[in-house]
Amino acid sequence: MTPFTTLTSVAVPILRDNVDTDAIIPSREMKSTGRTGLAEGLFAPWRYSDVAARTPDPSFELNMPEARGGQVILGGANFGCGSSREHAVWALVEYGIRCVIAESFAPIFRANCIRNGVLPITLPRADVDALAWQEITVDLPAQTVTAGETTHSFTIEDEPRTMLLEGLDVIDLTLKALPAIEAWTDADRTARPWVYLEKTA
Amino acid sequence: MPSTLFEKIWQAHCVDTMPSGSALVAIDRVFLHERTGAAALKSMAAAGRPVRDPARVFAVMDHIVDTRIGRGDGTLMEGGSAFITETRAAAHAAGITLFDVNDPDQGITHVISPELGIVLPGVTLVAPDSHTCTQGALGALAWGIGSSEAEHAMATGVLRLDKPRTMRVTFTGKLAAGVTAKDMALALIAAHGAGGGAGHAVEFAGEAVEALDIEARMTLCNMATEFSAMAGFIAPDAKTFAYLAGRRYAPANFDDPYWKTLRSDEGATFDTEIVIDAASLAPMVSWGTSPQHSMPIDGAVPQGPERAHRYIDLAPGAAMLGTPIDVAFIGSCTNARLSDLRRAAALVKGHRVADTIRKAMVVPGSSAVKRAAEAEGLDTIFTEAGFEWRASGCSLCFFAGGERFPEGSRTISSTNRNFEGRQGPGIRTHIASPETVIASAVAGVIADPRELARESAQ
Repeated sequence: MTPFTTLTSVAVPILRDNVDTDAIIPSREMKSTGRTGLAEGLFAPWRYSDVAARTPDPSFELNMPEARGGQVILGGANFGCGSSREHAVWALVEYGIRCVIAESFAPIFRANCIRNGVLPITLPRADVDALAWQEITVDLPAQTVTAGETTHSFTIEDEPRTMLLEGLDVIDLTLKALPAIEAWTDADRTARPWVYLEKTA
Repeated sequence: MPSTLFEKIWQAHCVDTMPSGSALVAIDRVFLHERTGAAALKSMAAAGRPVRDPARVFAVMDHIVDTRIGRGDGTLMEGGSAFITETRAAAHAAGITLFDVNDPDQGITHVISPELGIVLPGVTLVAPDSHTCTQGALGALAWGIGSSEAEHAMATGVLRLDKPRTMRVTFTGKLAAGVTAKDMALALIAAHGAGGGAGHAVEFAGEAVEALDIEARMTLCNMATEFSAMAGFIAPDAKTFAYLAGRRYAPANFDDPYWKTLRSDEGATFDTEIVIDAASLAPMVSWGTSPQHSMPIDGAVPQGPERAHRYIDLAPGAAMLGTPIDVAFIGSCTNARLSDLRRAAALVKGHRVADTIRKAMVVPGSSAVKRAAEAEGLDTIFTEAGFEWRASGCSLCFFAGGERFPEGSRTISSTNRNFEGRQGPGIRTHIASPETVIASAVAGVIADPRELARESAQ
């Protein structure tokens, strides 16, 4: 996972509430069983006036000339709601998005962001609105978003912060705790034997 | 000190606490499906990581599997059969239990897991599917995750989690006739927003919840993700234990005093409390493009975001009743269990789908539900009324598993999502109970199921 420290980019506003993962990447755009080949399908229903012909809709924010190269998008409340499909975050990453700033996030989407090196920042709606089309600097170590003279502080839990900063492979990290996991499992086998199934496949 | 059911399950599964404050939470069950299962299993295999306990990992073909009778590995989704064949190969390689396309136990994850007793009270169960919260109806802590977290759970047996806050949603009183668990869920989300449960694990409680049968409880918990909750669950009671006892992966009985401890203690406090008078609820229907855009069926469309009104082509102040529809669908993990199909069949019996309906379909939630419904003759009632009767799967809940309709087509659907394009480009979806789907299919326009029930009774 690519570490995240600081980022300077234009903030592209997609300031709608309840932006769902079907909008971020529709099911029909998930064409392979892997994690790649998704950027073309990112925001397909909004990005293209004719999806089949891939004709860009100039009124969609990501298609506007000033959005070019943008790595930050802005959202309203409950961003990333709906299906748990991690393809939504994979598509954002492949397209080049590294940070989403929104009023609030749906929980599965937010967890998927952190697992894929995308920084989810929660700010009050008025602050999010004020960042639209600004050149902003996101500083994860300092936990700030700066636009011109204005700096907003944001909070993020220690663990996701560390994971993003260090680009950690979280499975490897957890496997270091394997002795504790095995000890717990051994005790639990006695306490709740019905949880532990024999192979039946 | 009195504690909530959530806290009891959480504490019982807390393996370790990290210096950051995050917990390593033991995961008892992982369930995969063909839409994302191959990606997770192949990625693990590529990293050289085995599944730690394959006997506790299950996979099923439900999302894009064809629901036409006589199906094989082909699917209506272009290129879709690769998801089926690759998930099958990866599941066999990993040694996990797979319910394949034509397995007698095939069905939608959240329908077959309770049917087979894979989910149990007090367990933690995760799946890369947001509606995993459905299974909280059995008193489990069950929630949706992404593919990476599924890999994490399979490789390590735990997930790294920050503890959510607790919420109790209490439905007081009794539901009126014709009002269902689906209407309870839609009323909650309409009143408190699609983000209303964010950051919370939600316990559903109260007289109206206790009165629900187990399958209706699943319908209520199914919609917890549409409320942005991490999980929705209901304390197990005698009905829960009776439902599960002796099922294939469940204990033969639930006699041990342990099972009785799985409830919130008297006096336990929740971070957030919501109380809803169930007796005041009417059948609900969504008018817009979020589940929070839901309203009593006999009301007028409220003022919402302009974009939602434009997409759905209903102006503020318009009546929902009488809105013409093109497609009627009963299916999905929300409302395709045997009890749903029984209620729907009882209502449609002696009526016919209106001639103006382009397509009316019933897709059972599992192959077992299909067999049971056929044994009772429900399939005949549906087909005589003009519905197609299908094999089980997610189907028209979303576009990849179903068929295509012209842009602008309007559907009445027993599913859980009315997002823009959810059922295909430009398709307008109204979510409601199976009863409302039936009444609307018969009328050809959005119709109140209480009226059809009254007509039938006369």
